[in-house]
Amino acid sequence: MTDTYLNLVNTGFTKKLAKQLGLPRPAVLRRHRPGAPLVPGPVVVLDDAASEKDADTVAQQLLDWDLDVRRHAGPEERFGAAVVVLTEVASPEDLSAPVLALGPVLKRLAPGGRVVVVSRPAAGATSPAAAAARQGIDGVVRSLAKELRGGATGNGIVLADGVAPSAPSAVGALRFLLSGRSAFVDGQLVEVDSDAGELPTDWERPLDGRVAVVTGAARGIGAAIARTLAGQGATVVAVDVPAAGDALAKVANEVHGTALQLDITATDAAERLLQHVRSRHGRLDVVVHNAGITRDKLLANMTPEKWDPVVGVNVMAPLRITDALLVSEALGEAPRVVCLASTSGIAGNRGQTNYAASKGGVIGMVQASAPALAAAGGTINAVAPGFIETDMTARIPFATREVARRFNSLQQGGQPVDVAETIAFLASPQAGGINGRTLRVCGQNMVGR
Amino acid sequence: MAAPRTSPTPAPAPATTGTGAGAGTTRRAVVVGGNRIPFARAGGPYAHSSNQDMLTAALEGLVARFGLAGERIGEVAAGAVLKHSRDFNLTRESVLGSALSPETPAYDVQMACATGMETVLGLSNKIRLGQIDSAVAGGVDSTSDAPIAVSEPLRRVLLDLSRAKTPQQRLKAVSRLRPAHLAPSAPTTGEPRTGLSMGEHQALTTAAWGITREAQDELAVASHHRLAAAYERGFFDDLMTPYRRLTRDANLRADTSVEKLAGLKPVFGKSLDAPATMTAGNSTPLSDGASTVLLASDEWAAERGLPVLATIVDAEPGAVDFVHGRDGLLMAGAHAVPRLLARNGLTLQDFDLYEIHEAFAGTVLCNLAAWEDEDFCRERLGLDKALGSVDRSRLNVTGSSLAAGHPFAATGGRIVATLAKLLAEKGPGSRGLISVCAAGGQAITMIMEAA
Repeated sequence: MTDTYLNLVNTGFTKKLAKQLGLPRPAVLRRHRPGAPLVPGPVVVLDDAASEKDADTVAQQLLDWDLDVRRHAGPEERFGAAVVVLTEVASPEDLSAPVLALGPVLKRLAPGGRVVVVSRPAAGATSPAAAAARQGIDGVVRSLAKELRGGATGNGIVLADGVAPSAPSAVGALRFLLSGRSAFVDGQLVEVDSDAGELPTDWERPLDGRVAVVTGAARGIGAAIARTLAGQGATVVAVDVPAAGDALAKVANEVHGTALQLDITATDAAERLLQHVRSRHGRLDVVVHNAGITRDKLLANMTPEKWDPVVGVNVMAPLRITDALLVSEALGEAPRVVCLASTSGIAGNRGQTNYAASKGGVIGMVQASAPALAAAGGTINAVAPGFIETDMTARIPFATREVARRFNSLQQGGQPVDVAETIAFLASPQAGGINGRTLRVCGQNMVGR
Repeated sequence: MAAPRTSPTPAPAPATTGTGAGAGTTRRAVVVGGNRIPFARAGGPYAHSSNQDMLTAALEGLVARFGLAGERIGEVAAGAVLKHSRDFNLTRESVLGSALSPETPAYDVQMACATGMETVLGLSNKIRLGQIDSAVAGGVDSTSDAPIAVSEPLRRVLLDLSRAKTPQQRLKAVSRLRPAHLAPSAPTTGEPRTGLSMGEHQALTTAAWGITREAQDELAVASHHRLAAAYERGFFDDLMTPYRRLTRDANLRADTSVEKLAGLKPVFGKSLDAPATMTAGNSTPLSDGASTVLLASDEWAAERGLPVLATIVDAEPGAVDFVHGRDGLLMAGAHAVPRLLARNGLTLQDFDLYEIHEAFAGTVLCNLAAWEDEDFCRERLGLDKALGSVDRSRLNVTGSSLAAGHPFAATGGRIVATLAKLLAEKGPGSRGLISVCAAGGQAITMIMEAA
């Protein structure tokens, strides 16, 4: 649905008025457009002294992408992005120089600019001081993201110790976070667990030749996922309940995929899904467990009719189908499973104990399933959308919706394509080193982490 | 599966295992699957949908199910019984409105209620001959969006008016106009040569064969219950795509019973000497809907990893002289089936499944009675003895037109896709017989086998 307020404060007379009245003015986000530059201006790469080598690696990578790269911020420049490499910080004192050097850059960040901080996890630190420095970066990223304006975002990449900044998933995450594909990802830290994964030959079509199943593909976020995966080269099997078959057929035909009318909670759902992909495509590379339902009710008034279906569709079906796929030998060489979690599953939401149980369940499921997928050469991750403009959120009463929509650093709801882009990234070959993680697409929603 | 394909040149035709006579020199034509939209009752949710809307919707669902977006299909054939004159290229227009490659040729067929069957027959023959490798057969009808024509005198006046060159000629043409000419002329189910409606025709046949009201109501109830059971087991999940919020056939009454139907008043045959037995419950309602069937050669289906459900083995059209009352209007199937059986060396009992279109419950029962009748089979069909009876537990096992409804040209596609899936479920070697009657005293009968 359209965000009328966002349109008003960004166009014509009302834009001027909003400016003079000092009203909050959510920006039109910079989203991926084919042919558009990766970032809207030069990129400055900053580092602490100890991390200079890693920073050079990152800078070289950016140069390979034909970007205008600076190692120091000059006085008058406007920047498209800043990448801060802090992989070797040993003490909180080490943060001072690079973070203070970043400050003036933020003022000169172009609309839709990006800040990406590359660091290491506190858990792997060898000394309390190093852990303090590393965890401090977490706080820096989340805080600076809240200070950015004009649709700019700030995110981090946390490389497990031993994973080089040149690892496929480090490079993939960097490119994703710099690009318009991460428009609604803000204040997040993408954890890269290993060197696994492969860089694509064509960054526009990393999913070329992959066979992807998307459940709940008839509308909303699911339809956007189908379109995005197909746009990046995947052959899409669009799945939804038989009753949604007409909308499903439209999506399937639009993406030149196939439609499979299937209730994923049916006992033979996995079997029928496998039969379809085996006969049509021989194998399956990507599964997106997107199908989800809500049946909101305060817990005091909750009934089995409202609880059970939510858990059944949102988490039991993904659990069963994933199990069946793992033993089926129908999975391709580097399978990717991506599930839909929700910020409700992280922060909780009034009236959504059932939904939060299912979505929190998804987060637990991907963590616990990561080793099994790794053994199969693949990954399983979740994406947790915040407020996304869909038919589902359009049904929220006006005042509640308006509050929920603005309650994030970007002061607006995300679009289905924002969720889809993140899913496509996690489904890509370059994301092979990210496993068992939940990535939020919420514009840095004020609730939860 | 994305790029448009050109069909490969036909491979040398493999010998078929089918029992169809003369099939030894041709390859098999197989049913890959089907798609239809739920059938609605006239004036229902599809009241404002045109034939083209519905046929396109059915086609879109088929394209999506089998991943055919952008593909060039060998040929698409479909048709409608009630057709606007502007819909001269109904099928081609529907193809152009679909996700199929615009390079897919299409043509219209019209053979009353056997239209859908005739599209399957014609296209499967082209596949068997190697002229095309893939085809979509189908049909559509809207009794809600029926064409309404101006009266014949008004039409003539309007045409003369358009040809008139001088004011005098124009005036002369207009002066012939009378208020009565303005009454529109809507299509009817009346037979042009007898003036009788199809129901009245069937009432004559029903009476002649002495079919009871109870027998007709029982058949109707079985149709509803079997269709409902098929829905319950998800049988239609891969045969149907919802349309305009309808997810099941609107005519289906899962809770109907012989008692309920017994309460209905007769609507046809009320002027006959015999008691009137035909009611709204044991006759098909006017319906709106569309169906499609994907046909192919084995190679074409295999290249795309598509399923192969059944083979179109052979078919036989038939027609009877109902005008002079020698046979009932809807009895052509009774004549065509024995010819089809003889050509294929089969008996009426050699089938696992039978699909006899339920135009009326009486139609099915009259055809069955005729085949069981020693005299009819000897005298009219020229056989040595009666063809015998049909095991009713194998007849219309997932219901038929009485429950699903009968959008005339869409019924053939519904039956062929349904039977193909049923045969595939039964397994290799299973065989099915179809008979679909049509206005004008016609019918098309067909043998299919599990592929």
